[in-house]
Amino acid sequence: MSGDPKLERIAKGNALALCATGTWTASFAPVLERMVADAEKLAGTPQSIFIDVSEVAKLDTFGAWLIERLRRSLTQGAVEAQIAGLSANYSSLVDEVRRVRGAAVVDSDPITISGMLEQIGRTVAGVAGTVAGLVDMLGAVLAAWFRVLIHPRSFRLTSTVHHMEQVCWRAVPIIVLITFLIGCIIAQQGIFHFRRFGADIFVVDMLGVLVLREIGVLLVAIMVAGRSGSAYTAELGSMKMREEIDALRTMGFDPIEVLVLPRMMALVLALPILAFLGAMAALYGGGLVAWLYGGVQPEAFLLRLRDAISIDHFIVGIVKAPVMAAVIGIVACVEGLAVQGSAESLGQHTTASVVKGIFFVIVMDGIFAIFFASIGM
Amino acid sequence: MARETQSEIQDPIIRVRDITVQFGSTRVLDGLNLDVKRGEILGFVGPSGAGKSVLTRTIIGLVPKVAGSIEVFGVDLDSSSASQRRNVERRWGVLFQQGALFSSLTVRQNIQFPMREYLRVSQRLMDEITMAKLTMVGLKPEVAERFPSELSGGMIKRVALARALSLDPDLVFLDEPTSGLDPIGAGDFDELVRTLQRTLGLTVFMVTHDLDSLYTACDRIAVLGNGKIIAAGSIADMQASQHPWLRQYFHGKRARAVMG
Repeated sequence: MSGDPKLERIAKGNALALCATGTWTASFAPVLERMVADAEKLAGTPQSIFIDVSEVAKLDTFGAWLIERLRRSLTQGAVEAQIAGLSANYSSLVDEVRRVRGAAVVDSDPITISGMLEQIGRTVAGVAGTVAGLVDMLGAVLAAWFRVLIHPRSFRLTSTVHHMEQVCWRAVPIIVLITFLIGCIIAQQGIFHFRRFGADIFVVDMLGVLVLREIGVLLVAIMVAGRSGSAYTAELGSMKMREEIDALRTMGFDPIEVLVLPRMMALVLALPILAFLGAMAALYGGGLVAWLYGGVQPEAFLLRLRDAISIDHFIVGIVKAPVMAAVIGIVACVEGLAVQGSAESLGQHTTASVVKGIFFVIVMDGIFAIFFASIGM
Repeated sequence: MARETQSEIQDPIIRVRDITVQFGSTRVLDGLNLDVKRGEILGFVGPSGAGKSVLTRTIIGLVPKVAGSIEVFGVDLDSSSASQRRNVERRWGVLFQQGALFSSLTVRQNIQFPMREYLRVSQRLMDEITMAKLTMVGLKPEVAERFPSELSGGMIKRVALARALSLDPDLVFLDEPTSGLDPIGAGDFDELVRTLQRTLGLTVFMVTHDLDSLYTACDRIAVLGNGKIIAAGSIADMQASQHPWLRQYFHGKRARAVMG
């Protein structure tokens, strides 16, 4: 009784009769679809059309729909195709399927030149929107900060400390390790090239200036943007998705004050600390390589370092850190709060958070370089 | 194939024996036995936190068990091969409590997702079947192009049910299908489950808190307590039971209101 499904034509005078047998279920759907497509082509002008389903062993939505589809396409003009021999078990299923309207045609937008131009226009206009969003968030954070200054009790210390632990304390090992390695690499490259001029000792000048002014803070800011900026965006984004932020708002809390401000404070405090630790680790790594690879004794290294750098170099580096932290934090929070309902949107905004964060950090660094050069620091 | 169908009619579709599930040192299920018969709607109740969802997730294989055996469609899920297991998974559908729709896919893509994986059929047929499923769960065809975040709670449940039914399973697990729906919506949903069960010949395993569902939709009720099934039977059996929790549950204020 059961087995492979078949659809056979039975000669019956002027009538067109089709006899369906076997198992008409989802597992046989590809075969069934082909058979039905073949049967739909049966031409002629029969006086009556029957589809006999009394021999069908098993029927599910797929089978029932294909029989219904066959019935519809065989029905032409006045002659309506009939389904015969339907068992009581399956009649409700066939009735159910009969209510289905045909599938809506999904038209995907064709790619046109004007469509592409429109896309470019929208993207460009979106840039202005991005900047406006950042300024908006900066204003909101500053306003929240002033409110906190007036009512210091509303400051969320516990939350800030928690975020400090996440973005500062837990970041120390990886930041120290990577800046240490970068210090080693700079020193090695410096010695390798300076040695040709017999100027080995100048590697200390290069290392000191480069690490304290630029590399230390820039590298750490980029790592923090990747590590903590993405975390902020993902946290705020998933809170947004689950309406937690709306819940806060309805309870009379300002999400900026409760969620964004502690995160911003933690980041602004953490980045100078991390930049300092990073710079020290890089100098240590550079000194180690200079000693082991370049033969510069530690005493000579320190002496030279004292001559080469002044407190200005250190200040130039460390002053940038809180500003960069603020930029990373604002970008991350704007992106987090812009997340829509889907997982895909969360991914897009987290990516955007890191990419924009790093971009703005480098832009800020350039602006600072011009500024310090013009004031002679 | 015919023989297999024969034996399945006599055997329970799910046979759970001496299941023990433990999280850390807390034992959630303790030597639990349960049979689900072919073609019935089994309502599964119990106090919050008793482990109803845990049992469902254990049967589906999302939660590991410490001891015991689970047979679904006569296949022991521990000793089955990967292909046997896939076969079983193809024949069941799951409606998660929150719907668990894929948020980055449209309703149509959500419903077609299992078909795309398991069946090699044309896009046209998939689209048509999607429309059939949407009609069956009482949604308009226009819903097909929406994203889950644009749907109401009740619509999410219906779409999730349509996705659970997309491969025409023999068995569906519903985890609190009516939670979060208004009473009318919940009533409609019960009716829908009942209709679909009749039309498609489904076996339904329904975890629920909803007394209305128990009265209108379920053929049989199993009650979970202390990690075991404390009672199983018809609604009349439940009302006659002397177990304190059952008495409170079926004779409380809300129960009287439902029976009204």
